[in-house]
Amino acid sequence: MRLLNRSAGRLSRHRRGPIAGLVVLLLGLLLTGGLYAAFAPAQADSTQSQEELVEEGRELFIVGCAFCHGQNGEGVLTQGGDQYGPALTDVGAAAVDFQVGTGRMPMAAPGNQAPRKEVVYTDDEIAALSAYVASLGTGPSIPDAELYDPDTLSDEEYDEYVTRGGQIFLANCTACHNFEGSGGAMPRGGYAPKIRGVDPKHIYEAMLTGPQSMDTFSDGNIPPDDKKAVIAYLDTLNEQPNYGGFTFGNLGPVSDGLVAWLVGIGGLVGFAVWIAAHTTRTSKEKDGADA
Amino acid sequence: MTDAHDTSNDDANSGGGGELVPQEPIPDPGLPAHTWRPTDVDPKKEKRAEIQVAALFGLSAICTILFVVAYFTYDIGDNWHVIGGLGASTVALGATLGLALLFIGVAVIQWARKLMGDHEIIELRHPASSPEEDRATTLAALKVGIEEASIARRPLIRNSMLGALGLLGLPAVVLLRDLGTLPGDKLEHTIWGQGGRKIKTVENGKEVTVTVPKMRVARDAIGTPILASDLEIGDLVNAQPEVLFNPTRYHMEHADVEGVELQIHKSKASLILLRMEPADIKPGKGRENWDVNGIVAYSKICTHVGCPISLNERTTHHLLCPCHQSTFDLTDSGRVVFGPAGRPLPQLPLEVDEQGYLVAQSDFTEPVGPSYWERDYERDRFAEGD
Amino acid sequence: MMKSADVATTNGTEPATPTRSAKAAGAVATWADERLGLGTAMKKQLRKVFPDHWSFMLGEIALWSFVILLLTGVFLTLFFDPSMTEVQYNGSYDPLRGVHMSRAMASTLEISFDVRGGLLMRQMHHWAAMIFIAAMMIHLLRVYLTGAFRKPRELNWIIGCLLLLLGTIEGFTGYSLPDDLLSGTGVRAADGFMKASPVVGTYMSFFLFGGEFPGDQIIPRLYAAHILLIPGLLLALITAHMLLLVYHKHTQWPGPGRTEENVVGYPLLPVYMAKAGGFFFIVFGMTALLGGLFTLNPVWKYGPYDPSKVTAGSQPDWYMGWPDGLLRIIPPWETHIWGVTLSWNIMLPILIAPPLMLMVLIALPFLEQWITGDKREHHLLQRPRNAPTRTAVMAALITFYGLSWAAGGNDIIAIKMHLSINQITYFLRGAVIIGPIIAFMITRRWCISLQRHDQEKLLHGYETGVIVRSPDGGYAEKHLPISETKAYTLTARDREEVYTANGTADEAGVAAPGGKVAEVAKKIRSKLSALMFADNVQKPTAEELHEAQHHADHELHELEHQIATGPNKHGPTDDDH
Repeated sequence: MRLLNRSAGRLSRHRRGPIAGLVVLLLGLLLTGGLYAAFAPAQADSTQSQEELVEEGRELFIVGCAFCHGQNGEGVLTQGGDQYGPALTDVGAAAVDFQVGTGRMPMAAPGNQAPRKEVVYTDDEIAALSAYVASLGTGPSIPDAELYDPDTLSDEEYDEYVTRGGQIFLANCTACHNFEGSGGAMPRGGYAPKIRGVDPKHIYEAMLTGPQSMDTFSDGNIPPDDKKAVIAYLDTLNEQPNYGGFTFGNLGPVSDGLVAWLVGIGGLVGFAVWIAAHTTRTSKEKDGADA
Repeated sequence: MTDAHDTSNDDANSGGGGELVPQEPIPDPGLPAHTWRPTDVDPKKEKRAEIQVAALFGLSAICTILFVVAYFTYDIGDNWHVIGGLGASTVALGATLGLALLFIGVAVIQWARKLMGDHEIIELRHPASSPEEDRATTLAALKVGIEEASIARRPLIRNSMLGALGLLGLPAVVLLRDLGTLPGDKLEHTIWGQGGRKIKTVENGKEVTVTVPKMRVARDAIGTPILASDLEIGDLVNAQPEVLFNPTRYHMEHADVEGVELQIHKSKASLILLRMEPADIKPGKGRENWDVNGIVAYSKICTHVGCPISLNERTTHHLLCPCHQSTFDLTDSGRVVFGPAGRPLPQLPLEVDEQGYLVAQSDFTEPVGPSYWERDYERDRFAEGD
Repeated sequence: MMKSADVATTNGTEPATPTRSAKAAGAVATWADERLGLGTAMKKQLRKVFPDHWSFMLGEIALWSFVILLLTGVFLTLFFDPSMTEVQYNGSYDPLRGVHMSRAMASTLEISFDVRGGLLMRQMHHWAAMIFIAAMMIHLLRVYLTGAFRKPRELNWIIGCLLLLLGTIEGFTGYSLPDDLLSGTGVRAADGFMKASPVVGTYMSFFLFGGEFPGDQIIPRLYAAHILLIPGLLLALITAHMLLLVYHKHTQWPGPGRTEENVVGYPLLPVYMAKAGGFFFIVFGMTALLGGLFTLNPVWKYGPYDPSKVTAGSQPDWYMGWPDGLLRIIPPWETHIWGVTLSWNIMLPILIAPPLMLMVLIALPFLEQWITGDKREHHLLQRPRNAPTRTAVMAALITFYGLSWAAGGNDIIAIKMHLSINQITYFLRGAVIIGPIIAFMITRRWCISLQRHDQEKLLHGYETGVIVRSPDGGYAEKHLPISETKAYTLTARDREEVYTANGTADEAGVAAPGGKVAEVAKKIRSKLSALMFADNVQKPTAEELHEAQHHADHELHELEHQIATGPNKHGPTDDDH
């Protein structure tokens, strides 16, 4: 990383510059070729592997998830009739990919709030689990990169998406997640998590599926293209420099007030103590002075 | 300070302050003798301090020059320079200016502490009051003045003058009248009421009465109307009346929903739309048909001080205000379940039009937003959220 | 001991040898004096004495912050356009390009992104504002806790309280100017406060906003108040505050040679001028560092104000935090009666509590004077412990303030400390009532025990930490007398007397003039007087001190004797065998 980089004002990001274009082109070619090589000949056993995947997922599910969500994902009720683990029959692959992919599932302890933590399963295992849960019923599938990845946008599109996405973000998301995606408090000890720096795919899936206490923003609520705009805006929040200097968790005026007191007043009172403090003295007398 | 005198010989009973009761336990020993600083007695140390102060001024000058350099070096605007993720211009200008100023401050104070004369000196106080003699003279002058003005002897003049002066307050108050319009009933209506109204227009030379379509509910910031079938259970939509995006459909001018007007409308008409399991809804009396398949609409404006609220918990349908944490139960006519708000959130009755779009049956049935003095609670048909 | 030559004089001890520059300066001074009479005016002021103590510089932080606010504020006015006309933003900040906003917001973005140093100046202005009010508050605490508000300085206390009020209003108006989402949310809340006012609420709101909220008038109007009206008042009051300071001369801590009749310290020219002037540069430099290194109010992220949008963590600046906290914890009290609505849930926290707090502050000196009946001038400061009830009153007020303030950040506390916002609110509802009472009691007892500790030191000397075992097995600690300077400083305070109500009534044989009301007032006064003074430790009389010292000398002698002869002689290790 260079210490000094010009860039962020126009948010042109890494795609700017002639060499970057060439690199993207080459990468694109490589990727296309590679993907073709990987998938094209395998067409025949794709259904076969899908079944295998579901079966693998089922095995993983029974070991890791069934205790709370039931042997067949039908959910488990407590004796009081409350949800212990909700039914997963119609949550879809996207929900599993989000919950397991961000480490929220499996939970350490049952509760309303599933904190983000270390991911337990490998990508393949997550794919298998998703495939299994998707096979249980309906629900959104894992979105294609085209839907959520802001890198698929051209520069002009990107700017337009960011502006539009910012307005949608402020209308729909900031109330809980704060203007910078730092998160916020919810009733009875709940909280909306920090969403800065989260993988675009997981943001998209979260909007689609409404994890834990979050509302859903289905495609009928916020169309896919507008979701992508929101993700593009979050992307600029991640990328843009702190124009005004360091921040304190971007929590708003509370942290600013603390800094004003601790650094501002604290520092200045420190100076005041120094200014009024007695200087070192000596036992010597000044020659010829009448003290 | 010409009346300075020696205090060192004062004994405790007089020098300790006249207020103190006699019999002071310890007599005032007087100011301790002056002691010297190393810089006073040692020319080497004095020289060092002198250089130190000058060096600090020098550092300040360097920082000031760096400030000017940074000003012309670092770009802002379209193409910010960035240092370690921070805006280079702001940080460099702030750091150089800050240090330039701090160095001057520290230098001057160091100069005062190390090199300026540091004999403590004594200044005598005097009572805050003026001498008795002055006071008497002033009072006498005041008396003569009042006497000569004859204000006490001529109550007619005094009273008419006071009356005339007092009345001058009136222009000051009256002049403020045009600061703003009167409230009227503006707080009781929102633009949702503009849907479904009847207006007279001229069509083919004939005057006809047209019914404006019922107001559709549109997605905030996106602007498209919402089909009831678009929403899934668990969806929360931040919504606005469609007229704000498409005024002509409702026979309104663009100017009616732009600039100030737009802000005024949004400040009252903003909406929270929620689709939940129809079985979860506990409809209030008379509100049985206000939802569409579990889709309910509530004012987004908090009834406490008017912040927009949209922190919803999908699992409980509790809506929290980010400003003061009033919490409303949207399954139960917007009842307050926690926090300072005194009234439930107003609910907007919903239905669908022919094309299946969500529309408002009517305006809100009570004023939205914070309470105010004239607000007539008798008209809150569902004030208790029954 | 000082010689008379050291006592304040208007000139140095020896005349300076005139140089050419000095001659030129002298010529200028003569020219000015012949027209302005500066010689007389400056005669006493140039070498005016200011005592040295760090706590005397807190007000200076506020003063210099105000100067910085004026300087940076003038810069900002060169670029800021306080108009609410809607424009399409077309500046350098991409994510908002094309968004409609007011000119106020657009020009704020221009200052931040298209004016070099503009963002620095904006942030410095904002940091200085936060420090300005914080400094006023700690200055107020210093003045109160040391008794510097007493006669003849009561009027300056009132001016100070008004400055705090005006500074807060000035801060709020400034916070509202950029017309971003956060400030707009604040203005909206202010609109709600106004509408809650009985009878005239909606009219006040409609007149202030030039029609219905938000209208297009509020920002130009707040701007006029922010840059003209309130700064003018602040400037006038600060001037009055300073003139009174000069007239009364500064208070000082008691100590050898420091009495009610003099003030001991350094002369304005050169030492105090250097220290105060240097401090100005330090406050300025500190503000510049904060402004350059720490982001404050990133309006570009909040976006323009839109009444339908809001962000989590919507808070006012810190000084409005405590009424905002009360707004959060107030129960949902609203009265519907006779066809009108009374919103206690708004009036109590924001329309009643802050003015009440201000009135309590203003009343404190007069209340204390009424209870003590003390009509003397006071220039020597009191240590907080020597006025236990007064200190405890302020501790209670601070506790109330602090808990309300914490309530204002309850959402941030909830997420940072993993607590439930509901539980915090329920807790604070009780704590704001009980907390101050507990703080009052603890502080009062604490002060009194500190007084006892002082008395102990005075009468029996200080604890040396040397433990001596007597031959009969008892242990005692060796005390040594404290220095004369320290002892004098400890005793340099007034003796307090509890006021009793039955004075005048008994003398006259009948009820005092004023009848029943005066009687009741006297009873209350005597009760309060007892509360203030009855438990305090009074300094010893000369006899008591003499006796105690004699006793302590004797004890010390005894201990010395034991050390010389007893088992301690061989050290503690011998004891073990």
